[in-house]
Amino acid sequence: MDSALIPKGVKRCPLWQFLLGLGIVGVVLAWGVYAMLLCWFKGLNQTNMNDYYGFALWIWADLAVIAVGGGAFFSGLLKYIIGKDELKYIINYAVLIGFICYSSALLILAIDIGQPLRGWFIFWHANVHSMLTEVAFCLSCYFSVLTIEYIPLILENRQIDRVPFFHNLSHNMHETMAVFAATGAFLSFFHQGSLGGVAGVLFGRPFSFREGLLIWPWTFFLFTWSAAAYGPCFTLLITWITEKVTRKKLVKDNVVELLAKISGWMIFTYTIAKIFDTTRWANITAPGLGQTLADFYTGTAMYGYWILFAEIVLGGLVPAIILISAPLRKNPVWRVTAIILAVMGVSLNRWVMVLQVMAVPVMPFDKWALYYPSWQEVATTILPVAYGIILIMISYRYLPIFPQEAELNPIDDEPAVVAEINTPADLEPAQA
Amino acid sequence: MFPFSFEWIWDAGHMVFHGGLWYALNIIGIGITYCIIKAAVDTIKGKGSHDHH
Amino acid sequence: MKHEQQHNPPMKYGMAIDLDKCTGCGACMVACMSENNVPFKTDESNKLDSITWIRVYKLTNGKSFPDTDICYLPRPCQHCEGHGGHSPCVSVCPATATDYSHETGIVSQIYTRCFGCRYCMAACPYHARYFNWWDPVWPDGMEKYLSPNVSPRMRGVVEKCSFCFHRYQQAKNKAYLNGERRVPEAAYQTACTQACPAGAIVFGDLNNPEHKVHQIVQPDPHNGNRSKNPRAFRLLERLGTNTKVYYLSSREWVRRAGDNYLAHETTGHVSKPHH
Repeated sequence: MDSALIPKGVKRCPLWQFLLGLGIVGVVLAWGVYAMLLCWFKGLNQTNMNDYYGFALWIWADLAVIAVGGGAFFSGLLKYIIGKDELKYIINYAVLIGFICYSSALLILAIDIGQPLRGWFIFWHANVHSMLTEVAFCLSCYFSVLTIEYIPLILENRQIDRVPFFHNLSHNMHETMAVFAATGAFLSFFHQGSLGGVAGVLFGRPFSFREGLLIWPWTFFLFTWSAAAYGPCFTLLITWITEKVTRKKLVKDNVVELLAKISGWMIFTYTIAKIFDTTRWANITAPGLGQTLADFYTGTAMYGYWILFAEIVLGGLVPAIILISAPLRKNPVWRVTAIILAVMGVSLNRWVMVLQVMAVPVMPFDKWALYYPSWQEVATTILPVAYGIILIMISYRYLPIFPQEAELNPIDDEPAVVAEINTPADLEPAQA
Repeated sequence: MFPFSFEWIWDAGHMVFHGGLWYALNIIGIGITYCIIKAAVDTIKGKGSHDHH
Repeated sequence: MKHEQQHNPPMKYGMAIDLDKCTGCGACMVACMSENNVPFKTDESNKLDSITWIRVYKLTNGKSFPDTDICYLPRPCQHCEGHGGHSPCVSVCPATATDYSHETGIVSQIYTRCFGCRYCMAACPYHARYFNWWDPVWPDGMEKYLSPNVSPRMRGVVEKCSFCFHRYQQAKNKAYLNGERRVPEAAYQTACTQACPAGAIVFGDLNNPEHKVHQIVQPDPHNGNRSKNPRAFRLLERLGTNTKVYYLSSREWVRRAGDNYLAHETTGHVSKPHH
């Protein structure tokens, strides 16, 4: 029915199956939208946040999706600026994932603020000395860059591409993409960094405070670095999941392995920097403010030393070594294990830099505060996931996201016979 | 965001921050405008009127 | 107004709270809530989401009878100056909704400007900032008793102690009409100061040697405004927040409870903040 919209040379599942899938994810989406509306109309009392936890699950989700969404800017930088041309086979998907991550982050921020209708004050009455201002500006600007990077992909839909103007527009946007990619990298450097700065500048909170270079605390550079390092892992993880769901190979191994290798070295160097940072902070910064590691990691079982180990070793050194080592990297099981550990590692880092910062007492007579999210917070955090799945489903079905798909999954001239023999019954070729 | 906001100060912080911001915004704006205008010109010239695939 | 301000040296309003005098009666909290139209809930038992601009903490020395000792510590906003007005909260507010006044030393909160991102709350180590999780609901008839001088806050914005700034504005107007160049000490006092039955709170201009608070605290501008009074200390002084609320106690364990110390450090002797 919708075969005229499906790219040439690739197979897609029947429309009913696609719509059923959309419907199921759509129910989750609707649940999230309901929770979002509750938060907007009834206020943030719908959450379990409190005056100790002004930043909670949402801000963690925000930081985490932006970190893992860093795959878009870093892949773009590698392809368009550094010239790793093989990455053109995965860059579309990296852009789509980045687009989803950043639109999700903006949506979560819009729910998270107490007076959403005044959200524009952050731009209008900008305090240029606040890290959050820098985040808001660069995030919005970079989202527009991602939109610009995503538009040519939409224009490549078979039917849209037939319109000469759109065809030309898509072509021209591809031609100038290096300019946008460079701007995106510039903006990403600053907003990823500012997100690290958000916690690093809090000189009232010895757990998160860091010294730094000029106005930028060390966390500024660590966040940028970690986003560039871990972002590609998330791109690879989602690619792997997509391949499993579609039961197709979509990107060639050499492309995946190249990105995994770069990511491995980035994670390795990042983790070394993180170890230096942690050592300096534990031995100089925090003691200078009267606190020790024991104050931060022994107050409650939830935030024990295990979290430091999990972040730096399990989520840092282990995936880095696996991805650096050629034999391990080429083994899909090891590679995927490393990628999953890496994504968990960077998410844990963002958790620590938001939630643990709030949990640690600063006044000696104050107590640890723990928090668990309300269902409204959980639902609004799952909302972007559902939205992302839907956008991926639609984009995958109708847009040529994976340039190597047709080559890796050739369709024979007699599709009906082949389908019976080689492919599951629910996949049928597009009617070209 | 603009010099007519009352909290605006012409100090180094504002100039660096907004300098960077407007620089990026201009590149994005000029870039996309160029693409659109060039696409329109190309279309008028008759480019892309056949199916390339 | 700007021209007039140039003639007056800047003021630095601050407090000295004698913890040896404080009985923990809570009159300061009640006076503050009443004075500043602070909203409350039917059930105020959850202190993590109820608003108390000045909150009295109960400290103990952790020893058992007969050595046990307690101390009550009222904690208003500390009106941090940081380094040159770079207080923890003001520096992070993305929308310039909180400001450090170099004229009075008061950290203000602009409710109509705040959009509720709560970054300032994350930045404040004293938990002096509160978020309006609900719209205020006053019991029937109580709205008639609200102070007309203080704007009530709406849901979704942050609020905190303002050192009863509206009283300063009134006192300033009155001083102007009376032809006085400066606001007299007695003309501007906070509600908590006046309500304290033990006289534990002293409020005034830390820069003005004629003010009692200056005489008690004897701030040392060459030493990060640390007090020269051996009984005095500030909360979390070594963070470099440079607060304007000074506490007084003759008990060493109380002074030690005011800051984080490494095991080998002696109370009151810490390295200089390095930022």
